[in-house]
Amino acid sequence: MTRITLNVNGADTQLDAPDDMPLLWALRDLMGLTGSKYGCGIGQCGACTVHLNGAPVRSCLVPVSQVSGQAITTIEGLTEDGALHALQQAWIERDVAQCGYCQSGQIMSAAALLQSNAKPTDADIDAAMAGNYCRCGTYIRIREAIHAAAMSFDATAAKGAQS
Amino acid sequence: MKSDNKMDATLSLGNQPSRRDFLKISGVMGGGLVLAATAPGWAQGTPNLVGGGELNAYVQIKPDGSIVIYSGAPEMGQGIATSLPMIVAEEMGADWDDVVVEQTPEVNSERYGRQSTGGSYTVYLNWQLMREMGATAREMLISAAAIVMELPREELKAEDSRVRHLLSDRSRSFAELAALAQEQPMPAKTDLVFRAREDYRILGTSKSQVDSLAIVTGQGDFGIDTRVPDMLYGSYTKCPAVGGKIVEANIGDIKSLPGVVDAYIIKGNGNVRELSDGVGIVGTSTWAVFAARKSLQIVWDESQASKDSWTDFADFAAKQGDTGAKVLYEEGAVDEALADPSNTVISSFYEYPYLSHLCLEPMNCTAHFRPGKAGAKDHIEMWLPTQSGPGFKKLAQEHYGLAADQFTIHVKRMGGSFGRRTSGEYMCEAIELSKLSGRPVKLTWSREDSMRHDYFREGGFCRLRGAMSADGKLAAWEEHTIGAAVGSEPSRWTGVRAGSFPIATSANARGSLTTFRMDTPSGPWRAPFSNTHAFVSQCFIHELAEAAGRDHVELLVEMMGEPRWLEPDNFRSMNTQRAIGVIKLAAEKGGWGRVMPSGHGLGIAFYFCHAAHVAELAEVSVDAQGKVTVHKVTAAVDVGPIINRSGALNQVQGSIIDGYSAMAGQQITMENGRIQQTNLDQYPVLRIDAAPQVDVHFIESDFDPTGLGEPGLPPLAPAVANAIYAATGKRVRKMPLIADGFRV
Repeated sequence: MTRITLNVNGADTQLDAPDDMPLLWALRDLMGLTGSKYGCGIGQCGACTVHLNGAPVRSCLVPVSQVSGQAITTIEGLTEDGALHALQQAWIERDVAQCGYCQSGQIMSAAALLQSNAKPTDADIDAAMAGNYCRCGTYIRIREAIHAAAMSFDATAAKGAQS
Repeated sequence: MKSDNKMDATLSLGNQPSRRDFLKISGVMGGGLVLAATAPGWAQGTPNLVGGGELNAYVQIKPDGSIVIYSGAPEMGQGIATSLPMIVAEEMGADWDDVVVEQTPEVNSERYGRQSTGGSYTVYLNWQLMREMGATAREMLISAAAIVMELPREELKAEDSRVRHLLSDRSRSFAELAALAQEQPMPAKTDLVFRAREDYRILGTSKSQVDSLAIVTGQGDFGIDTRVPDMLYGSYTKCPAVGGKIVEANIGDIKSLPGVVDAYIIKGNGNVRELSDGVGIVGTSTWAVFAARKSLQIVWDESQASKDSWTDFADFAAKQGDTGAKVLYEEGAVDEALADPSNTVISSFYEYPYLSHLCLEPMNCTAHFRPGKAGAKDHIEMWLPTQSGPGFKKLAQEHYGLAADQFTIHVKRMGGSFGRRTSGEYMCEAIELSKLSGRPVKLTWSREDSMRHDYFREGGFCRLRGAMSADGKLAAWEEHTIGAAVGSEPSRWTGVRAGSFPIATSANARGSLTTFRMDTPSGPWRAPFSNTHAFVSQCFIHELAEAAGRDHVELLVEMMGEPRWLEPDNFRSMNTQRAIGVIKLAAEKGGWGRVMPSGHGLGIAFYFCHAAHVAELAEVSVDAQGKVTVHKVTAAVDVGPIINRSGALNQVQGSIIDGYSAMAGQQITMENGRIQQTNLDQYPVLRIDAAPQVDVHFIESDFDPTGLGEPGLPPLAPAVANAIYAATGKRVRKMPLIADGFRV
């Protein structure tokens, strides 16, 4: 058991956790941030995806002791000042979810994609999102929603440039 | 409700009941619905209500103008928490933006009617009740408005959460009227008039799921997200071969591991659906108990445990002949047609594997057993992801010998179910851990637990024979299923169904069954029976069309014969006209008959199940290395009027992708009773890059709406298999594709 400082969604939290506890369980069980989901525990389903210093990682495979002090963003922290991320908005508008269990991870992977690639092609989406499984088969809408969010980013940027 | 809840739960699991069964269910459920519809005030003629603004068991109007509509059916991704309230809101004249949907706060079938979901029955079985709940609320609001506005009721209309005067611009909001509306007599059910389809403002439109915002912000509140004060985290380890008994385990060592609070050897009751022998561990985090399990050493007595072997099953099946010992259906002169030398006779052997449900949210339950003190009764509170709150409650009552009032049950949103969360062992295990530890416990199955201890879609085999006459007509159909018997009884999910296509439309047809004993538990998996029968039957029809030189679509249409219900007066039976409608529409929209480039092919399949008529046309290519690409699937669907267009489309798209995922790579095998695939690295699933384009067309025929959670799936596999044949000349008679020489 080690005292660890986790920087999650912009705030530092002190936790006592075993060194080998995956970040996922620290988030879910010790911090009560249950938006990141447990699906497989071996990095194959993507339901636990969070951002570590802006990059998507499978939190079920990252020992909590290795990320002390680094910037972690979870689905709960994707909203800024109460405003939904363009992807969250697109997900709602396109009614992407069915059971919804994988969607936190899907959105976190998509957010990391848009961060590095504002206008992803279908092939870019395939490459970035292939690690996120959806048992309900919502892939068609996930693709549409990512494109829609990218468009709205564009529109926001254009608006910003005008003003 | 006097029905047997266990039966209620079982019946809801996706079986296609016979006409006779169906009447029986209707009777049972009808009784429940009447009670629900009368509650809480109908029987007395005046409301006797609790809470503010409650107009009936399903509708409350809050002072702020929000309209709370309860969702009685559990939500598992089928969209029912949105679609049923849409029906209420439509009849009521509510503005959908004012509607707040909440799960019914208790499991109480007398008050809420059916609180289970499954078998794509939920829309169908609740359609009338939801309309009644909405119409009742509307009439009471209009009565209140008539008093307040001093106007005749006939001149008033409810829409957009207001009661409006048709002859002036006067109106009152529902919120203003709520208190007085509560005091108005409930109209007699027989006096209710429902809105005409052409006047619908909500039904048939697209609404985003009521939980969309919660889901995309990580507030989805699935069962696995439950956190209650003083809660421990639990795991439960069972014998890898089902039925193994525990002899001993090193729980002393386990108890000393970090984060472990306690560990127990637990004796089961021998019922795999209730409590099996195992080791329970409770601790301070899910990780603590998962990590502790790695140090577990358990000695199992496997003398009575499963010895199942898929290889043995396959060897047995390969030796079976054209007709099984148990002939379950026979009509006409099958043998004569098969022996007639002027007919073309072919036969084929098909295979389909066991499948895991693979709900992405693993099985879990949070339970708090509070022993009765000082004369008080024991009490169990549970946070329970289940398709049937009433069924699980009944199981817990029987297992622990408790009465109905000794439970508080919170039915939780499910991260997928597909038929899985109809078996209550994870609930019993959680209760056991709480009872032993004296604390509330959240039991979480690992992914490996969830795959190893699933109750699977059964694998099986089918030998088919068919005769085509010299003029290209189907002269005889024979199907012989080699399926599992769990114990001595044939499984409910295998065999022959009289109402299935093409047995039901064929003059000369025989269906028989041979069973092979398997102890591996099996259960309903999205469109049970149909998801395998569609594959074998609809591929074989294509084989017969080829053998007779017939166009597949023309043959399918011809096989339907005259327009009729196959069971007169049963609108849940197959209707040949509706069937022809979807077949022709899929063919037309999907471009049937197009000349395809080399290596590309089109395939079509029709199937009827869950009262739905669905045809799908797949466009596929296969490259020189055998890599299959499904480019596009065109679906034509007749489930009557669409409730939520977005939800309906999502279900069909998802069923097609899920169907292809299962067909392409998934297979559970077992040897010596042990399931050999326990996580996603051994069980390939479809990813976004392989998802086809899907084009869906609804025929909104004028029958009552029926469910769509399952029937989009069965036609997919035969459509793709038939398209692969068209592209390559190679028949697909075995799923998954990767076990049959293809790559995906």
